[in-house]
Amino acid sequence: MEDKEFFQKAVNSKYAKKIGKHTRLKESLIKIFFAVNGTMALIFIILIFVFLFKEGFKALDHIGLLDFLYLDRPDASGNIERVFQWYPTSEEPRYSLIPLLIGTFLTAFPATIISTLLGVGAGIYLSEVANPKFKEFLKPMIELFAGIPTVVLGFIMLVVGASFFNDILHPANRLNAFVASIGLSFVIIPIIASLTEDALHSIPNDLRMASYGLGATKWQTISKVILPAAFSGVSASILLGFGRAIGETMIVLMCAGNAANLTSNIFLSVRTMTATIAAEMGEVSQGSDHYYSLFFIGIVLFTITFFLNLIAEIIINKMRKKNTF
Amino acid sequence: MKETKIVVKDLNLFYGDKQALKKITMDIPDKRVTAFIGPSGCGKSTFLRVINRMNDLIDHVKIDGEVYIDGVNIYDRSLDIVNLRKNVGMVFQKSNLFPKTVYENIVYGPRINGIKDKKVLDEIVERTLNQAAIWEEVKDRLNDNALSLSGGQQQRLCIARALAVEPEIILMDEPASALDPISTAKIEELIHDLKKQYTIVIVTHNMQQAARVSDQTAFFYLGELIEFDRTTTIFTNPSKKQTEDYVTGRFG
Ligand SMILES: Nc1ncnc2c1ncn2[C@@H]1O[C@H](COP(=O)(O)OP(=O)(O)OP(=O)(O)O)[C@@H](O)[C@H]1O
Ligand SMILES: [Mg+2]
Repeated sequence: MEDKEFFQKAVNSKYAKKIGKHTRLKESLIKIFFAVNGTMALIFIILIFVFLFKEGFKALDHIGLLDFLYLDRPDASGNIERVFQWYPTSEEPRYSLIPLLIGTFLTAFPATIISTLLGVGAGIYLSEVANPKFKEFLKPMIELFAGIPTVVLGFIMLVVGASFFNDILHPANRLNAFVASIGLSFVIIPIIASLTEDALHSIPNDLRMASYGLGATKWQTISKVILPAAFSGVSASILLGFGRAIGETMIVLMCAGNAANLTSNIFLSVRTMTATIAAEMGEVSQGSDHYYSLFFIGIVLFTITFFLNLIAEIIINKMRKKNTF
Repeated sequence: MKETKIVVKDLNLFYGDKQALKKITMDIPDKRVTAFIGPSGCGKSTFLRVINRMNDLIDHVKIDGEVYIDGVNIYDRSLDIVNLRKNVGMVFQKSNLFPKTVYENIVYGPRINGIKDKKVLDEIVERTLNQAAIWEEVKDRLNDNALSLSGGQQQRLCIARALAVEPEIILMDEPASALDPISTAKIEELIHDLKKQYTIVIVTHNMQQAARVSDQTAFFYLGELIEFDRTTTIFTNPSKKQTEDYVTGRFG
């Protein structure tokens, strides 16, 4: 090979084009812009996190972990009585979170079950049954529904829903966990429906063809191939819906009755953790035990949703790795 | 000449306004391999999907004409399409195994047909994997994810899965187009064995493959059936100029 000649070619070669100064500057500016954006978001999250835990853990100095569960106090005849009550403004304040946890789950859990049945059903309908034109109309409508301010939904449930259920079910309290969970469902159903539709839609058409080609019916194809293949996406949508139900504030504040009852009866008034923070934070004096205890509730809420997301993440990863069902 | 299995009469198919198949008339013989050849977009896959009514799943498809299998008009309004598809198996160009285990893939068809007995299912798995010449390779991996097999193994597993519902007719749409020569040879050998029991229709772009595996060959062009004859005739002495140009590679 004539080495010299070969390397002389470089002078006029079209490969010799150098990258422009402007281009390089622009690229680095773009990089910096996104880096700053990303870090800012992270910094804010960390700040919120730090503030919440700093304030919340002060509650433990003032109140003590056990007091967040129950209080032992003498009753009229002098016997020690163990009470699970949330009554922070009393002469003898009681800080048990148990009724609030129960209130939260008694509203969030039924809401999630209702929303799973209807939401997954709607997702299946959208993805597998509805004709594409109708779906294009219906899906945005459902998503629009998720955007209705929850205070509006809460208001409608409070005025119309509560009376309706009061007339047909005659619950002990007009505002109760059941009414709140129906209200919550209006928020959760669109979330689950939309995410389920996404999950089912992402399953390649090949699998449907394979199933039909083997003589499966539509329902067999959905239940035995499509749903299992989308299992991780569907379960993630349910867990997300559940997380949202636990964190939702306005609807439960307006519809659940807000009496911190220690009960498993869905037709009694309950008080959720979120409603407690929302209702009491405005009136509490900063730095009081009550103030710190509300932050502690915040920590508990945060921890529950954190673990819900973690579990969702683990399920999804496990499914993805095994990719089998 | 063998008995006729499938009779197609004046078949027209439209995707919306666009006609994809034009007045197709042909008789496909029983227990033989029939190959469909022709340039891309000429309607081979579409025609294959006519035979198990897979086109019903595509929007805006209009079909007129008649298709008979064993004398039964499969486009009769009251015909049970699910039952039709059980008897007319299909193997697709791209392997489309379920993201399940090897075992679960095979027993999917039998299970939806109501077979629950584990012993019967085990037998079906061993028999069909043997038929598809893949038993030795996967017998220790029945509980592995089917998608962890090689491309060639996956395609043979697709064939085994199709066999598990005991069809009489097997439609194959370019079953070896994505495979290496060794896997392709295995599939061709398999097709050769299967034709003792099954009526096979195969679409292929590979002229040598059509020549090797098929008894009859149909040449399609722009939605029309140009020529349909014994494979040796199509490749050595075709009666139409277009056919000759295509099989000799002088096309277009
Ligand atoms: N789902 C569909 N909707 C609309 N038109 C389609 C559809 N499927 C196929 N067609 C059209 O019908 C014609 C025949 O397509 P087909 O897939 O049957 O061809 P083919 O012979 O199998 O081609 P190839 O060799 O590339 O697989 C093509 O013009 C194609 O664009
Ligand atoms: Mg094709």
